[in-house]
Amino acid sequence: MRGRPLLYTSYEADQAMLNTTTKRVMAFIFFVFLLAIPLFKVGSIGGGEDPMGALPGPDFLAQDDWLKLLTSVCIFAIAGLGLNILTGLAGQVSLGHAFFMGLGAYVAAVLGMPSGALWGLGLPIWIWLPVAGLIPALVGVLVAPTAVRVRGLYLAIVTLGLVFIGEYLWRNLDFITGGSQSGRSHPEFEVRLWKEEQPLIDFSTEGTWFGVFNLSSEAKTYIFLLLLTVIFIVIAKNLQRTRVGRAFMSIRDRDIAAEVMGVNEFRYKTLAFAISSFFAGVSGALLASFVGRSIPETWILFLSVQIIAIVLIGGAGTVSGTLMGAAFVTLLPRIIRDFTQWMQGVVQSGEGVLASLFDLVLSTGPGDFGLVNTAAGVAPGLGIDQLNLVIYGLLIIGFLIFEPLGLYGIWLRIRNYWKGWPFTY
Amino acid sequence: MPHIPILAQAATETNEFAKLLVEGLSLGSIYALLAMGFVIIFKATQVLNFAHGALASLGAFLVALFATIWDIPARWMPDAPVWVSWSLAVLIALVAAFGLGMLLERIFIRPMVGEELFAVAIVTLGVDIVVRAITNDFIGTDSRPLGDPWGTQFFDLGWVRLAHTEVAQFAITILLVIGVAWFFRTRTGIAMRATAFDQEAARAQGIAVGRIFSLSWGIGAVLAAVAGVFLSLFPRRPGGLDTQTAFFAFAAFPAIVLGGLDSIVGAVVGGLIIGLAQSYSSLIPWEFLGSGFGGVVPYIVMLIVLLIRPYGLFGTEEIRRV
Repeated sequence: MRGRPLLYTSYEADQAMLNTTTKRVMAFIFFVFLLAIPLFKVGSIGGGEDPMGALPGPDFLAQDDWLKLLTSVCIFAIAGLGLNILTGLAGQVSLGHAFFMGLGAYVAAVLGMPSGALWGLGLPIWIWLPVAGLIPALVGVLVAPTAVRVRGLYLAIVTLGLVFIGEYLWRNLDFITGGSQSGRSHPEFEVRLWKEEQPLIDFSTEGTWFGVFNLSSEAKTYIFLLLLTVIFIVIAKNLQRTRVGRAFMSIRDRDIAAEVMGVNEFRYKTLAFAISSFFAGVSGALLASFVGRSIPETWILFLSVQIIAIVLIGGAGTVSGTLMGAAFVTLLPRIIRDFTQWMQGVVQSGEGVLASLFDLVLSTGPGDFGLVNTAAGVAPGLGIDQLNLVIYGLLIIGFLIFEPLGLYGIWLRIRNYWKGWPFTY
Repeated sequence: MPHIPILAQAATETNEFAKLLVEGLSLGSIYALLAMGFVIIFKATQVLNFAHGALASLGAFLVALFATIWDIPARWMPDAPVWVSWSLAVLIALVAAFGLGMLLERIFIRPMVGEELFAVAIVTLGVDIVVRAITNDFIGTDSRPLGDPWGTQFFDLGWVRLAHTEVAQFAITILLVIGVAWFFRTRTGIAMRATAFDQEAARAQGIAVGRIFSLSWGIGAVLAAVAGVFLSLFPRRPGGLDTQTAFFAFAAFPAIVLGGLDSIVGAVVGGLIIGLAQSYSSLIPWEFLGSGFGGVVPYIVMLIVLLIRPYGLFGTEEIRRV
């Protein structure tokens, strides 16, 4: 069987999550690479007073700000996977993801924070994290009947309403959310058995793991969330090859036909909403805890649109696509910012063809015309935040028009090209 | 202070009632304008336009641009009364909005013809982000006054006070509703109805479907712009247009869904119902509802109606075959 990766001799092999040797090897290497990222930093390996050890690799990734970015990629990936199950697999359009994320975050805060000015129970993470998913899942079950009754585009607007109703609730339930002014703080990532003083594992302070790995709090949080994300990836990927996943896809493709074939539409739509809301709730709790504070305005429509962008840019209905989408959407603002700063540097140095070219793009003062302004409020042109939004919107549009399969589609074409190389088909 | 409790209270109650009626109708007519443009776009092109709020904001900004920032055409006609030059400025702005609406359709929506309705709806979500970001960048952090001739004046009818803006708004809304109703009886309007009914069959009859698409977006953008202007005027936003206008227009979605996505009558009725519900919700005396409850009333009304009538009050029920 060696050398014939697509020859399957059993159903299990055909349906495996990673069904070729290449996929298995590459996935393993990639996972190890991601896990090793914090160790690229000088001084991350070794004991003693002044350790200098590090793995060879791109050490900018191991800096705290990039680790934070990678951590938010993980969080948004979980949210994206959830929406992917609902929209990509079951075909139900939902703009209400931000509502479920907010719900999860506040459930986590109530359970995880010690009681103070706001409600809190001070329970450990192994309680608040799962429950932060379960409560939104229950609410998802309550919303789901609407999805059976109201279809297609009407559903999109109903779920839109959910976000606005949620926003109103968060503003007014200020004994839980802290209100618009102050917001509230969220529990830190610490593993405790119960309410004891000293946490078993502590992700929010610097420390040494296994006696040799010196990790900052960012690095620890990153590793924790990476492992958590892997769990959710396995759940999402596995769902696709179960009876439930196939039922979702049949509803997506033609709901009446699915029902004729014996798929209980009501039950499976409810299930899709529940699972998706579970993912959303957990990721909302993680997001709020990761940032540390949240205000009611965190959970607005734009967050939903961001998650939709992740699923669509990545490629609806595919797990690996959603992951690519999460990385793309989360890293994009940073890349735009760095690129603008680089252009600014080139313009200021004033050398070469690039300098005059970039000068046309950037506007640095009141009289200077340009697309992007680097002096907010003074120069004409879009500010960097607005530019982010515009590029964001254009990417959503562009992917839908030119590449409906998203990044996954691009990847598929690259892969198939090299699979058949040197033949083109 | 003399003590005449019952009479005085009765009097204030009627006043309160009438005041809320005016407020609700004025709000409702804005929703109706937004919903009408939305429905025209939806009927003709089957596109659920999430960018409608952004179009409203863009239109209002165009008015501010021509009327106050560039001061066109008032700078060339210093002797003309304010209302003439302002109306001309609005007219220019509306023409510009019409053009931009057609342009947006041509660039972003036309390539999506024949794709899934959901995918096209998400494209308009992208258009919304782009248009809103650019408009908000132009508007900046301050409010932009629109330079309207009505100012803060009132007609005092004794039992209720009507702002001049509101009177103008009612008149214009009624005119536009009649205009849209009339438009659907013209040759182009019939072509649009045919396109809405069946795009391929309309094409086979020699209707330029693409042009109908453009036209519907142009009309939608104009109606949105008018709504945007009234959203940014005195009783609502005394300062003028700001970055919240686009956001406010989201509240028109319940009106649209309530009336049914594809019904003009529904748009008007839905808009008025939502407007009145929102304004009368301030009478609910329960303290625990907190602030901003009026803002979610539209969605609650929408949810209730949709659970009873899934295709809205006047919407066409989709017949589904396997």
